[in-house]
Amino acid sequence: MQRHVLSVLVENEPGVLSRVVGLFSGRGFNIDSLNVAPALEDGTSHMTITTYGDSMILEQIMKQLHKIVSVIKVVDFSELQAVEREMMFVKVQAEGQARGEILRTVEIFRCKVVDVSHTEMTIEATGDHEKLEAILGLLQRFGIKEIARTGSVAMRRSRQPEG
Amino acid sequence: MERTGAYILLESLKREGVDILFGYPGGAVIDIYDELPRHPEIRHILTRHEQGAVHAADGYARASGKVGCCLVTSGPGATNTVTGIATAYADSIPLVVITGQVPTQLIGNDAFQEVDIVGITRPCTKHNFLVKDVKKLARTIRQAFYLARSGRPGPVLVDLPKDIVQATAEFLWPDDISMRSYNPTYKPNANQLRRAAELIAESQRPVLLCGGGVVMADAAAEATTLARKLRIPVTATLMGLGAFPATDELFLGMVGMHGTYAANLAINNADLVICAGARFDDRVTGKIAAFAPKARIVHIDIDPTSIRKNVDVDIPVVGDCKLALAGILDICESKYAEKDWATQHALWLKDVASWKKSKPLSYEPSADGAIKPQEVIEALRELTRGDAIIATEVGQHQMWAAQYYEFTKPRTLLTSGGLGTMGYGFPAAIGAQLALPDKMVIAVAGDGSLQMNIQELATAVANKLPVKVIILNNRHLGMVRQWQELFYAGNYSSTNMEAQPDFVRLAEAYGAEGYRIERAEDLLPELEKALSTPNPAFVDVRVEREENVYPIVPAGAALDEMLLV
Repeated sequence: MQRHVLSVLVENEPGVLSRVVGLFSGRGFNIDSLNVAPALEDGTSHMTITTYGDSMILEQIMKQLHKIVSVIKVVDFSELQAVEREMMFVKVQAEGQARGEILRTVEIFRCKVVDVSHTEMTIEATGDHEKLEAILGLLQRFGIKEIARTGSVAMRRSRQPEG
Repeated sequence: MERTGAYILLESLKREGVDILFGYPGGAVIDIYDELPRHPEIRHILTRHEQGAVHAADGYARASGKVGCCLVTSGPGATNTVTGIATAYADSIPLVVITGQVPTQLIGNDAFQEVDIVGITRPCTKHNFLVKDVKKLARTIRQAFYLARSGRPGPVLVDLPKDIVQATAEFLWPDDISMRSYNPTYKPNANQLRRAAELIAESQRPVLLCGGGVVMADAAAEATTLARKLRIPVTATLMGLGAFPATDELFLGMVGMHGTYAANLAINNADLVICAGARFDDRVTGKIAAFAPKARIVHIDIDPTSIRKNVDVDIPVVGDCKLALAGILDICESKYAEKDWATQHALWLKDVASWKKSKPLSYEPSADGAIKPQEVIEALRELTRGDAIIATEVGQHQMWAAQYYEFTKPRTLLTSGGLGTMGYGFPAAIGAQLALPDKMVIAVAGDGSLQMNIQELATAVANKLPVKVIILNNRHLGMVRQWQELFYAGNYSSTNMEAQPDFVRLAEAYGAEGYRIERAEDLLPELEKALSTPNPAFVDVRVEREENVYPIVPAGAALDEMLLV
């Protein structure tokens, strides 16, 4: 079960999100994360969907997405050179000695503290899927109270000139 | 000149070739019904239930090859269409379903007769629209018909709020309907066709498996020519029956759960399966892991999602069945012109013929003069010389019709293959009769299924449609009863239907004719009498109550694990 990041360009019509999401739920495919926002061209939206599946399931997901009349283009980034990022807020328990340790962790991962109280800190982190998982792994022992994640967005890398 | 939405809708339907509109009026569509008499080119058929309207439009579409169209009101009118829409979706039937909707400003307010039909039908339509601007109405109708009939056909729903129908705009008919996000592939890839032909040339034991796609693509002639020229035995799914003449020696019968011994054995022993326009449904494949274990598979389908969904294939061919089959034959005839196909397949054809001969479809004729259901289908075949349009409901009678009628032409079997909708057949027969007034149209029904849309008899009578309903009446929900007998230790839970109306008197009460046949010796003469009346008729044929459909492959078993009797 490999992780795949799919980029889906759709006509920005009412109900288009539900067509895409309904396809995943109706056919028993997984959505790990989903991000939707307007795309470059007016009247279109861009979805980034993170999903898991073997090659046969992925083939079906790609084909079924293409089959939706409102879907213009589907790309599987796992086959391409692409950059991928996700942002998240993490609210952690932060009292006494833990505060210093949390701040060091924040620094190592180049995160930011965006809110702080006597007992908690809220950290903003950006990175690819693995980096965010690593941050969460390290913050776990302080006590994570809440997280909010955007889900991945991805973009194909520009081709480098040859030579 | 500004026109109302109602005018624009009806004018658009005419431009799309709608001559018959099935429907049922109501508050949200009353303006459309108000406009309707001013468009005499459109004949409106008032059904007695919205589900009947959709099934009738579906039967019209299957029999004629055109897009079926129906019009219903909002709320319950719209929800009553859902089973019909899902039926058409499962079998890829082109329909445009127009539903009324509450006025735009009331949408979302839980208004009277409001339902989110676009949301409800999203997973069972090819596409659907909510029209929010009367200026976009003509274009939307145009797109709806284009989507319904092109690519892999299917039902498209257009939801029309009442204020849009009442609003006015200039009627502008768009010439162009290209949609950048929708481009079905018709022309198959030439390389794939060449590779398919190569496999055929190498194959010693090929089988051609025709699905409903061959019928829908009007590719029956191409399939028949290919099989005959290359001497390839042919089987068909339920939906594919009629794509290849059942009377041809190369025909093996239907494949799958109630397929013939010869067809299922041929699939299991083939070294090549050429599947055209079928999606390898579980009723066709049986246990997937044991399906066609020795075969390489060529899969032709216009819908890429059908390919490699259930069965892994060697040569996928995305495209129109007609073009693909013609293209493959073309390559076989030019590139392998020296081949003697009859000799190459001689041993295989001998094997196949011996399976056909050793275990044909059979049943034990009744000794005491009772009527066997299979006999009824055989009698129908004889009396109609195989030339009628047969619509079926769902259950045992459906399988007997599929097995024993010997369909020789495409578009002559109208049956809910994918969804298995009881209540489909009778209204579908009504739709088919309206599409083809000169054809003999027969609905083969079970006593259970018929009662699901029996109210449509009023539609048949009101429109003087000579549809005949042959009820294989076993006073059971026979197919479920059969499963209970074979797989549930005879626990006959809720399958006895002895409490039922007198179908003869019921037909008469509606103003139709009713016949009852109880003895085998009366079958042919009485059936002949019933078929020759110009009126709609119910024929209540009392058949043996506990007859089972054989062969049967138990659900989840391999195709060669058939129970033959």
